[in-house]
Amino acid sequence: MAEYLTQYADPRLANVIAALVHCGLLLAVAVGAAAFFNWLERKVSARTQDRLGPTRVGGRFGWLQSLADGIKLLAKEDVIPAGADSPLFRLAPYVSFSAAFCAYIALPFADGWVARHLNVAVLFILAVAGLEVFGVILAGYASGSKWSLFGAMREAAQVVSYKIPLALCVVVPVMIAGTMDLVAIGNMQRGWLTNWFLFHDPFTFVTFLVFLTCVVAGVNRSSFDLAEAESELAAGFLSEYSGFRWALFFMAERASMVAVSGLAAILFLGGWNGPLPVATWLHLVPESGLLAGWLGNLLGAGNFLFKCLVGVVFMMWLRWTLPRLRIDQVMTTCLKYCVPLAAAMLLGAMLWTYALPGGLLPGGRPIGEVPEGSAAVAASERGGR
Amino acid sequence: MDAVCWHSVFFLLFALAACGFALAVVVSTNVVRMAFSLVLSLGAVAGLFFLAGADLLGGVQLLVYLGGTMLLLVFGVMLTARGKAAEMKTTPGWWLLALVVGGSLLAVLWQAAFSVDAWSTPSAGATQSQAARPTAAPIGLALLGVRVDQPLGEEGGEPVLSGYLLAFEIVSVHLLVVLVGAAYLARAQRRPGTTASEETAPRTPNSQLPTPNS
Repeated sequence: MAEYLTQYADPRLANVIAALVHCGLLLAVAVGAAAFFNWLERKVSARTQDRLGPTRVGGRFGWLQSLADGIKLLAKEDVIPAGADSPLFRLAPYVSFSAAFCAYIALPFADGWVARHLNVAVLFILAVAGLEVFGVILAGYASGSKWSLFGAMREAAQVVSYKIPLALCVVVPVMIAGTMDLVAIGNMQRGWLTNWFLFHDPFTFVTFLVFLTCVVAGVNRSSFDLAEAESELAAGFLSEYSGFRWALFFMAERASMVAVSGLAAILFLGGWNGPLPVATWLHLVPESGLLAGWLGNLLGAGNFLFKCLVGVVFMMWLRWTLPRLRIDQVMTTCLKYCVPLAAAMLLGAMLWTYALPGGLLPGGRPIGEVPEGSAAVAASERGGR
Repeated sequence: MDAVCWHSVFFLLFALAACGFALAVVVSTNVVRMAFSLVLSLGAVAGLFFLAGADLLGGVQLLVYLGGTMLLLVFGVMLTARGKAAEMKTTPGWWLLALVVGGSLLAVLWQAAFSVDAWSTPSAGATQSQAARPTAAPIGLALLGVRVDQPLGEEGGEPVLSGYLLAFEIVSVHLLVVLVGAAYLARAQRRPGTTASEETAPRTPNSQLPTPNS
């Protein structure tokens, strides 16, 4: 984009504008998602419990509820407990939110629509998403309250443990694709839904289920939300927070929910490539022109966001349906089931790819070839790998 | 150079952050704040890696040092830092020792950094002599399975791909086995009363809780 703007403006200004536009768009997605999912969570929880949820604010369906919530939270007093470690207490929510937001830097929304095209995007997102826990731990420690500390301890133990099966699960699609470039991985799954890595072989299907479990635990959602267990820890690490700082933690949680749903969508569910190759039918591919390619990308981005939405709604559904696990059950699930299962699936997928490179059906396209004409081909030729 | 050199701006930003928080680790007396300053310092170093285009290195820095090592460190510090243990006073003797050790390391690194021709201001003939210098690259590549010191296969012959990758992996798996075994032994030998002081902290979240700023 900077190159495009250079035609019209000073290169110095063009770079700044391009950077600001990217940041603004990503922030809009992250914060907009937080606001939207705040409302959606109220509605989903209400419907699960046979209630109506918000109905009045903003006319039908209470769709302005998030705005009302936001105003309420901003107007709240920002209380810092006397026993708290004040600077760390103030800093913790920002740590959480910036870590969650950083994951969007490398998350592509469509073919080539990514703020920073990293060829190790998978690694980057995994690494950055793991940093969110620092905010939680700091909050737990700095609050100077035993509930908060217990919450933080649980969170640390849980996140460290679940990182192992999560990484093992991510290795499977990365191994099949042969790249850590998310744009390339998404483009490999072009076409019908049978090209999705989810249906690549039986092992990836199971891997996806393990991945879902680990992701829900990783973003600290029920039924793994032991760090803020309301019923036993009085909201855990959030106990002492109020107002805007509390809201930042929630924005971080929602933003990372969307980010990991996006990661799941790209790694297993075809990313911006729908169940049906609609974009190809409509000739909205980059080969048929700039505008057509752009429209196809827009369609793909909508598709991708819809998959993210499905992922987030799935997490909400889990939260309001299933009871919370005990801490020992959480650890058992991770270490005794998820890790061995993920390791076995990795081995299985490896053997499958080795023995049947073209898939079970004859004439299958060996996975690992990026289809022609996508932006990633040019990019991968440029950047190596 | 018509435009502002954003690369330099961000380099200075990250470098200042890395150095500043590293200083904060030394100067601060609260253990948890030290640990958190170290987190930020390492994060800034990861930022420098990204800035240099070494995305993989930056990602690994974030994943291993911040996500792994520092997380465990912060976790451990948070559990042990209660009451007096949370404050660390350094005596002048420690300062002196640290200055001697740190200063000598800095001297060596300074010397090494400025002896690399490519990093100093370019002079005539600097690029020719660079290739002949011995570097650690062959060892690093050999650990990844690429032997650059051996010829890459004759006509029709297979390229030498052995390297030290297998040995490297076996050693790391061996270390893992040792860790698991140590954990098992430590568990099996625990009897009530005898090794209570050596018990790992997470298993006994006792009633003593940290009170920051107390």
